[in-house]
Amino acid sequence: MPVNVDLVPNYADIIESLKNQPWNSVDGVTYGIPHGRGANLLLYNAEAFPTPPDSWAAMWESDSDQAGKISPYDDAIYIADAAVYLMATQPDLGITNPYALDQTQFDAAIALLGQQKPLVGEYWGDFTKQASGLASGAITQAQGWQLTANFANADSEVVGTVKPKEGATGWSDTWMVAKDTEHINCAYKWLDHVASPKVQAQIAEYFGEAPANAKACDLTANPDHCDVYHATEEDFWTDVWYWTTPETACLDGREDIECVPYSQWVDAWTSLRSS
Amino acid sequence: MITVGRGRGRWRVGALLALPLTWLIVIYLLPLGLLFATAFASVDDFTGAVDWRFTLDNVTRLFTDPAYLRTTARTLGVAAAVTTLCAALAIPVSIFVARAVPARLRPLVIALLITPLWASYLVKVYAWRTMLNPGSGVVEWFLGGSPGFGWTAVVLTLTYLWLPYMILPVYVGISTIPESLLDASADLGAGAWRTFRSVVLPIIGPAVAAGSIFTFSLSLGDYITVQLVGGTSQMMGNVVYQSFSTNLPFAAAMAGLSVAIMIAYLLGMRRLGALDNL
Repeated sequence: MPVNVDLVPNYADIIESLKNQPWNSVDGVTYGIPHGRGANLLLYNAEAFPTPPDSWAAMWESDSDQAGKISPYDDAIYIADAAVYLMATQPDLGITNPYALDQTQFDAAIALLGQQKPLVGEYWGDFTKQASGLASGAITQAQGWQLTANFANADSEVVGTVKPKEGATGWSDTWMVAKDTEHINCAYKWLDHVASPKVQAQIAEYFGEAPANAKACDLTANPDHCDVYHATEEDFWTDVWYWTTPETACLDGREDIECVPYSQWVDAWTSLRSS
Repeated sequence: MITVGRGRGRWRVGALLALPLTWLIVIYLLPLGLLFATAFASVDDFTGAVDWRFTLDNVTRLFTDPAYLRTTARTLGVAAAVTTLCAALAIPVSIFVARAVPARLRPLVIALLITPLWASYLVKVYAWRTMLNPGSGVVEWFLGGSPGFGWTAVVLTLTYLWLPYMILPVYVGISTIPESLLDASADLGAGAWRTFRSVVLPIIGPAVAAGSIFTFSLSLGDYITVQLVGGTSQMMGNVVYQSFSTNLPFAAAMAGLSVAIMIAYLLGMRRLGALDNL
């Protein structure tokens, strides 16, 4: 149900660019309080790459020298990562939003994922497993989280992260209120509590993400937390495409064509993984 | 004379059967029926919720998309390979324990053979993942090379996991063979191999078939081992796992297919006598 942000005092300190986005509003009406965000970065084994890579190419191109040692995300939403790479490398396809793919664009993304499959060491679902693979060198390049790199680097710096020049997908989480909630006052108390600077700082550090409340950056236990996660560098996020559910009505505003809905993303992904 | 089905007797029998029958119907048959029914339902594009409009799409897709045909074929292949390997290991081990190990040590040896069943499934699979790890695993240290993560690793790990389920029935089958039969075979001039083929194997056939029901069905339904040691490989269970939250009807169709395969397998094994001693 819609959220009346006037009843959430801490909403005022939430980073402006996270408010009223396609994934937390409908027709300009706010449906939730932004919680935190992160980018799906290129993680690499620092020993194998003394010079950090700056492109996703080794994870997509069939002549990759990292064949057998890459680790993509094991989920249908990863199709969007293929679309992000195509936006940069095949502009003729006309993709302007990786979550708004018509059938032609979608087929191109699936073809790219098919090209990637022989290069894959393991698709990842469990970040601890991915971290141990990256640390041991069994995996040299992967799509993953800053959190994963931090986890692998607990003892020594073995995994690096970079947001490649093609851009990246990412996530931006939102607190919402269920329809017909019985204790609505309690729900609003929670929304305000969880958006407060101190709580935001604690969650951001525990979970490994950039807080949505900019004031949280002064309160983190690690004073560099917000820098590591680029919490307030707006430039960093301009080419990060936050996870959004694809619908038949194209999210990029095109009205002359239908887009492929998420249920078909899942079907295509399941089929691709089974082939 | 005991007469049931009349007066108080009928009431008693009814009361006695009520609980198991309720269990069977409510907990087992009804959900299975719902599973099959769901396989023919549609799904809402936007919410992913089940929409009870009849469709054959899910079932058709299972039998027309080459990806799923291959997944089914590969899963059957894994289940068959694991079952064959388990039988090939369990028969000599059981013969050894039943004929060569002193009687007083037999319970101990059997207990040792089934100790893997006392450890957690996940611990065992993660152990295999560590051992098979290319580049750093124990298998590479000893053999100079590792099969790495893939189908070989899946078959190896599943064989290790399910072997005790084959050993138990086969051992019981072998220990029931009377010594006199083997003596008679030797008296008639049969060598060890001939005795094994013509006397032992026909007798323990039903026991192997019974053990194979465990190894085959447990392998057919597995989806965790293949995630941990299978590299990019997928089995039927992984398709169910990937689909059930967004496309429940398709997941139901795939799950229904493995139930159908298992029913066919059970019917086949019944012909071999696996279920005679239940």
